[in-house]
Amino acid sequence: MSSTTNSPTHHTSTIGAIGAPSRRNTELALLVFAVVIPVFAYANVGLAINGEVPAGLLGYGVGLGLLAGIGHLAVRKFAPYADPLMLPLATLLNGLGLVAIWRLDQSKRLQQSSQYVEAAPRQLLYSALGVALLVAVLIFLKDHRVLQRYTYISMAAALVLLVLPLVPGLGADVFGAKIWIKIPGLGTVQPGEFAKIALAVFFAGYLMVKRDALALASRRFLGLYLPRGRDLGPILVVWAISILILIFETDLGTSLLFFGMFIIMLYVATERTSWIVFGLLMSATGAVGVASFQPHIQTRVQAWLDPMREYQLSRQGVFGHTEQVMQALWAFGSGGTLGTGLGQGNSDLIGFAANSDFILATFGEELGLAGVMAILLVYGLIVERGVRTALAARDPFGKLLAIGLSGSFALQVFVVAGGVMGLIPLTGMTLPFVAYGGSSVIANWALIGILLRISDTARRPAPAPAPNPDAEMTQVVRP
Amino acid sequence: MSELTLTVMRLGFLAVLWLFVIVAVQVIRSDLFGTRVTQRGSRREAGRQQQAAARQAAAPPQQRGQQGGGRQRRNAPTKLVVSEGTLTGTTVALQGQTITLGRAHDSTIVLDDDYASSRHARIYPDRDGQWIVEDLGSTNGTYLDRSRLTTPTPVPLGAPIRIGKTVIELRK
Repeated sequence: MSSTTNSPTHHTSTIGAIGAPSRRNTELALLVFAVVIPVFAYANVGLAINGEVPAGLLGYGVGLGLLAGIGHLAVRKFAPYADPLMLPLATLLNGLGLVAIWRLDQSKRLQQSSQYVEAAPRQLLYSALGVALLVAVLIFLKDHRVLQRYTYISMAAALVLLVLPLVPGLGADVFGAKIWIKIPGLGTVQPGEFAKIALAVFFAGYLMVKRDALALASRRFLGLYLPRGRDLGPILVVWAISILILIFETDLGTSLLFFGMFIIMLYVATERTSWIVFGLLMSATGAVGVASFQPHIQTRVQAWLDPMREYQLSRQGVFGHTEQVMQALWAFGSGGTLGTGLGQGNSDLIGFAANSDFILATFGEELGLAGVMAILLVYGLIVERGVRTALAARDPFGKLLAIGLSGSFALQVFVVAGGVMGLIPLTGMTLPFVAYGGSSVIANWALIGILLRISDTARRPAPAPAPNPDAEMTQVVRP
Repeated sequence: MSELTLTVMRLGFLAVLWLFVIVAVQVIRSDLFGTRVTQRGSRREAGRQQQAAARQAAAPPQQRGQQGGGRQRRNAPTKLVVSEGTLTGTTVALQGQTITLGRAHDSTIVLDDDYASSRHARIYPDRDGQWIVEDLGSTNGTYLDRSRLTTPTPVPLGAPIRIGKTVIELRK
């Protein structure tokens, strides 16, 4: 550019950002919409089950509206240029989740169960905690690059969080998977959900420094770039840890999430397809290898391969089999294209995990294919906004962090939805924002908070250049 | 509750849910700002098309920014745009100064064009603020629309000024 024009008084430009509007009012309008939809759903459930508008309608509507409003005000104040879509999309999912949980609370069958607790008020409380954490992230995390300083601390934190459920006396074995810890007086916490964020920070900080070595030092073989042996170190370590999780915590989901996130970030950092090939091969080998001797995972795989047989065995009272997978499939089937209508399905037959792991089956039955597609699209839009944030981010750390967070979010949705729909073996993960569970809701609101912060930095218009006092003095000497 | 009401609610809810998704996608669509990128150099055709698109997207903010100056007449051009040639996409804001064109290094727009002379032409405002183009005795000539310039000539908005392979226009 400088070679084409050279008079100081002329303003020339070929590339310049078009000023980004802050879009806060768009966000507000969408938020109102995102609160109205769950209120509509809530009224619909009440009308279908009891024939009247439920008494708690105002309470839930105001509650959700308050959460959305507080989130919006915090974004307006502390991240004015943040992405306008993430908050409304997350609010919609959280609201729909609340409605589905409340709807399952109303089920007579589940009320007779010994494990019955009214879950919806608790979930609303968890959502409030989640939004509080979002606000805290926006207030205290002024710049996401600060997180870069804590690269190795977050690695240590993530490892501790992942190992905690294995500590005797602290861990709780819930239905075969050891991914919870018990805190007396507080209930159970799923530390893996928080480890997800810490790991994304670690991977982003680590790969930012090492990506050149990983990308450039390689040989070409059969169209693939083979990394040098010593560069394979990190991926082998991460792989080994994910396999250890699989063996000791018997949770395929956490292991897949952990390893998958690393592969995604490695691919984005180095632009080498070979990492994806390696990653898929390694995770497939690992999963098959562990499944050959781990009984809990074997059950899961069998329930995936032949859910009908599992269902019959479970009906006959054989221990260690589950009828839930088949019931979830029936729920999807009886929902059809347009669903049975909210409150009019029988997804409560799934039993104890109907409002957590299997909550998508409730949507599948009552909203049908059309509803599930819309919900999956909403997830897709959140991920799209995350990836878009990564593209817009100017610093490599922010790029990698945004990709890691949205990638893990996408993987989690895939693992849960795929498990419930019978595409992959079922794992004990929760559908973000929708499923009942405090850790998941709180951690995912924090995740959205970090993404909002990165997108605020990325979309903020560059400050106007300071006027140069020397500019007027410069004389062009003409030859 | 009657069947009909419930059916209407069921379908209505799905419609509302999809409406939300569609509105969200619309927001994304309207959010596709970014950079006014203009391709220069070898891929001229592609560059021109992109530039046309970028021009449409970029026009409103550009106008807003430029009319802040105020003193110019309503129909006066505010910028000079290179629309063809190796410099495609270069813009120069018109602020009452003389713009020189040519291969000489001190020209306002240094033409990288084999058919251009080192001092090829200049574009300047006369006393009324009308922009005039004048050929500075170039070898291959300066063309306004299709006629070769012999005298200083007023430049209408959007009329192509051709120098070798480079085309320049004045725009609002």
